[in-house]
Amino acid sequence: MAARKSTRKPNVSAEELKEYYREMLLIRRFEEKAGQLYGMGLIGGFCHLYIGQEAVVVGLEAATEEGDKRVTSYRDHGHMLACGMNPDGVMAELTGREGGYSKGKGGSMHMFSKEKHFYGGHGIVGAQVPIGAGLAFADKYKENGRVTFTYFGDGAANQGQVYETFNMAALWHLPVVFVIENNQYAMGTSQQRSTSTKDIFHRGEAFGIPGEIVDGMDVLAVKAAGEKAVAHCRAGKGPYILEVKTYRYRGHSMSDPAKYRTREEVQKVREERDPIEHVRELLLSGKHASEDDLKAIDKEIKQIVNKAADFSKESPEPALDELWTDIYA
Amino acid sequence: MATEILMPALSPTMEEGTLAKWLVKEGDTVSSGDIMAEIETDKATMEFEAVDEGIVGKILVAEGTEAVKVNTPIAILVEEGEDASALPEAAPAADAGNEAAPAGSSEAPAPAAAAPAAPQVDLTPDWPEGTELKPQTVREALRDAMAEEMRADPDVFLMGEEVAEYQGAYKVSQGLLDEFGDKRVIDTPITEHGFTGIGVGAAFGGLKPIVEFMTFNFSMQAMDHIVNSAAKTLYMSGGQMGAHMVFRGPNGAAARVAAQHSQDYAAWFMQVPGLKVAMPYSAADAKGLLKTAIRDPNPVIFLENEILYGRSFDVPVLDDFTIPFGKAKICREGSDVTIVSFGISMQFALEAADKLADDGINAEVIDLRTLRPMDTGAIINSVMKTNRLVTVEEGWPQGSVGSYISSVVMQQAFDYLDAPVVNCTGKDVPMPYAANLEKLALVTTDEVIAAVKEVTYR
Ligand SMILES: Cc1ncc(C[n+]2csc(CCOP(=O)(O)OP(=O)(O)O)c2C)c(N)n1
Ligand SMILES: [Mg+2]
Repeated sequence: MAARKSTRKPNVSAEELKEYYREMLLIRRFEEKAGQLYGMGLIGGFCHLYIGQEAVVVGLEAATEEGDKRVTSYRDHGHMLACGMNPDGVMAELTGREGGYSKGKGGSMHMFSKEKHFYGGHGIVGAQVPIGAGLAFADKYKENGRVTFTYFGDGAANQGQVYETFNMAALWHLPVVFVIENNQYAMGTSQQRSTSTKDIFHRGEAFGIPGEIVDGMDVLAVKAAGEKAVAHCRAGKGPYILEVKTYRYRGHSMSDPAKYRTREEVQKVREERDPIEHVRELLLSGKHASEDDLKAIDKEIKQIVNKAADFSKESPEPALDELWTDIYA
Repeated sequence: MATEILMPALSPTMEEGTLAKWLVKEGDTVSSGDIMAEIETDKATMEFEAVDEGIVGKILVAEGTEAVKVNTPIAILVEEGEDASALPEAAPAADAGNEAAPAGSSEAPAPAAAAPAAPQVDLTPDWPEGTELKPQTVREALRDAMAEEMRADPDVFLMGEEVAEYQGAYKVSQGLLDEFGDKRVIDTPITEHGFTGIGVGAAFGGLKPIVEFMTFNFSMQAMDHIVNSAAKTLYMSGGQMGAHMVFRGPNGAAARVAAQHSQDYAAWFMQVPGLKVAMPYSAADAKGLLKTAIRDPNPVIFLENEILYGRSFDVPVLDDFTIPFGKAKICREGSDVTIVSFGISMQFALEAADKLADDGINAEVIDLRTLRPMDTGAIINSVMKTNRLVTVEEGWPQGSVGSYISSVVMQQAFDYLDAPVVNCTGKDVPMPYAANLEKLALVTTDEVIAAVKEVTYR
C-alpha cells in the first residue's frame, strides 16, 4: 500500500469534516482509555478494541438517517459511540457497573440501545448477520423505509449463516447493507490463510447482490460508498455489500501476543494510512481548521473520555438482586 | 503532571507476570502506541504499549523481574521539564485493585427459604362449567390458535419450510396462506440457521414471529440463535430488548423414521433460562397454550407431536380460549401414586392409570403441559397425598425431565416419600429403525404399570 496523500477534494463541508475528525478521535481515545482500564483490572474478560478502524463506522454513520438500524459483533465500542450512545454508559458497561448500558450484565461484547437503534454487540462470530437481515425484514414488513447496517468481519465471512442470509436477503429484497469490515485478520489468522477469495464481496454475486470495495482508511470514501449503498436499499432494490478494507492496530483482544504479523506491518499502516491523520491533514492543508482548532477538539475529547472513565469507576456494581432480573419480560 | 505506569493485566486471567524487557530507557520520549516493554504472562510474551505521551522519568521495576503483580507501578511518565520525584508517594495501585473488586461483591445472596410445607396450587378449571365442547384434532386446534392470533395482531407472522403454498409439511398451517397472504405466511428456503436468525432479528425489530421447524430435529442447526440470540438477549441488554417469538413444530419420535428424526428435546430446551417451554398433549391444551405462547413477550419453544396431530379431543367453544403457562392439569385424581407426564407420553400415563384401577391402585395423573415454567407445586402437593411418584417421558434418561423432578421432590418433599421416585424414559439409545427395536426403545404403558407397582410395593 502506497503512502496516501490527500489529493482528493473533500465533498463535504468543513464542519462535517471536523465532525468526522472529532468522532474518530473520540473512538480512538475512548479505546485507548479502555485498554488502560483493562490494564488496571477494572475491565475484565475479553475487550476488543477498534483502534485503526474508526473511519468505517464514522463514514457509514454519516450516510444514515434517523431510525436506521445497526448491528455488529463484539468489536462494538466504535459503533456505539458513532451512533450517538453515551460514552459514560458504554465505559460503565465495560467495567461491569450499574450505570452501563446493560446494567453491567452484558459487558464489552453485549450492549444494546433501543433508543439509538443499536441492536448489539454479539459474541458469536457471524450470528449478527441473519439478525441484521431480520431487522431489515421487520422494517420491510412495516414499510417504514429504514435500512439496517449489518457489520461483520473477514473471519465471520466464512460462516455458513452469512450465505444463508445473503440468499434470503436477496430473495426477499431486504433493505440491509452488509458491511464486511475486512481488517485482514481473524484473531491470528490472516485472510489469506482462511479465505479462498481475495475480495470477499464477490461472494455476493452468486446471490445477485451488488457490492464493492471501499478504502476503509478514508472516511470520505466510506461515506460516499455508504450513501450509494443506502440509496440502493431505500429504493427497494434489496441488499448491498460494502467490503471495507481496514486494519486493526491493536491485538485481537487484550491477550494477543501478535506473533502473526510484524511490528513493521502495523507501524507502516499507522504511519501511512491512519484514518485520523488523513482527516487532520485535509483539515489543515485545506485551511478548514487551524492547529489550535484541532487542539481544542483534542482537549474536548480528552474531557469526555476522562469523564466516562470516572463515571465507569464511580458507578456502583449492580445490586445483587440484579442477578435475577431481566430473564423474562 | 507525572503519571505512574502500572503493571498491566494483559489477559483475563493474568495476576502477575515477568517484566522481561524494557524497550525504552529513562529520558526517552514516548507517544501513544509505542512499545514500552515486553511482558511475559501466563500465556505468552506480550508487548506493552504506551497509552499516554510523555517522557520516561523513572523505571521502577528492572527488566528480568519475575512475579510482578498486576497494578504495581513499573515506571513514571513525566511531562517536559518535570521531575520524576514530583510524584507523590501515594499508592494508587492498591486503590485501583480495590475498585476492581469492591467489598461485598463476593457475598452470596441469602439462600432461598425452605419451601413451604404445602405449595399454593391453582386448581381453577381450564374453562367454565357448562361451556360447549366440540371435538377437534390437535392439528386443527393449532391452526385455529395461529389464525386467531394473526387476526388479532398484525405483527404476528409465520415462517418456515413449506408452511405457505404446501400448507405445512404436516398440514398444520392449512388455509393460512389464503387468509393472510404471502406477506405473513412465508415459505423459507431450507436454511434453519439462517431463517431462525432472521426470525430473531425480526423479533428484535418489533415483530412477533412464529418460526416453524419442519421437525425439532432440524432446530439443532438453529440452536445457537435459539439459545444465544433469542433466550439471552433480554438479560444481556439489561432488559432493553428481547425476542417476542415462538419456535414450534413436531418433536420426538414419529414412526419408523429412525435416529436422526426421532428425538425428544424437552429436557434440552427446559434447561435454558430465558426460554419458556410448552409441550401439550390434548387439542384443547395445544390451542390454549399456543395462543398464550404467541402473546408471550419471551421466546417460547412449543413442542408438538406428529402422532398427536390427527388425534381428536374436546375443545371448548370460546371466543378467546387460553391456558396460562406454569399450570399443570390434574387429569385424573387418585390417592395411591402420582404419575407425572407431558406431551405424547401422557397416553401411557393415562392408560396405565386405567389398568391400575382394575388392580385397585388409584393413580393421580398430572399433565405438566409446560416444562418451563414448571408447576412443581402441583407435583409436590400430589406427592404429599400419595407419597409415591413415577415420571413418564419419551426422552433419554440422563439429564431427563424426570430426573429434575426427582431432585425437586427430594428437596421439597423428602419426608413425604414412601419409595424412591422412578423415572420411566425412552431407552438410552439412538432410535432404531426396525419395528420391533423401535417399540423396545420407546416407553410403554407396561413399563409405567411396572414402575407404579415398584413404588407401591405390589
Ligand atoms: C462461532 C464462534 N467461533 C469462534 C469464536 C471465537 N472468535 C472470536 S472473534 C474471532 C475472530 C473473528 O474475526 P473477524 O470476523 O475477522 O472479526 P475481527 O475480530 O477481526 O473484528 C474468533 C475466532 C466465536 N466468538 N464465535
Ligand atoms: Mg477481521
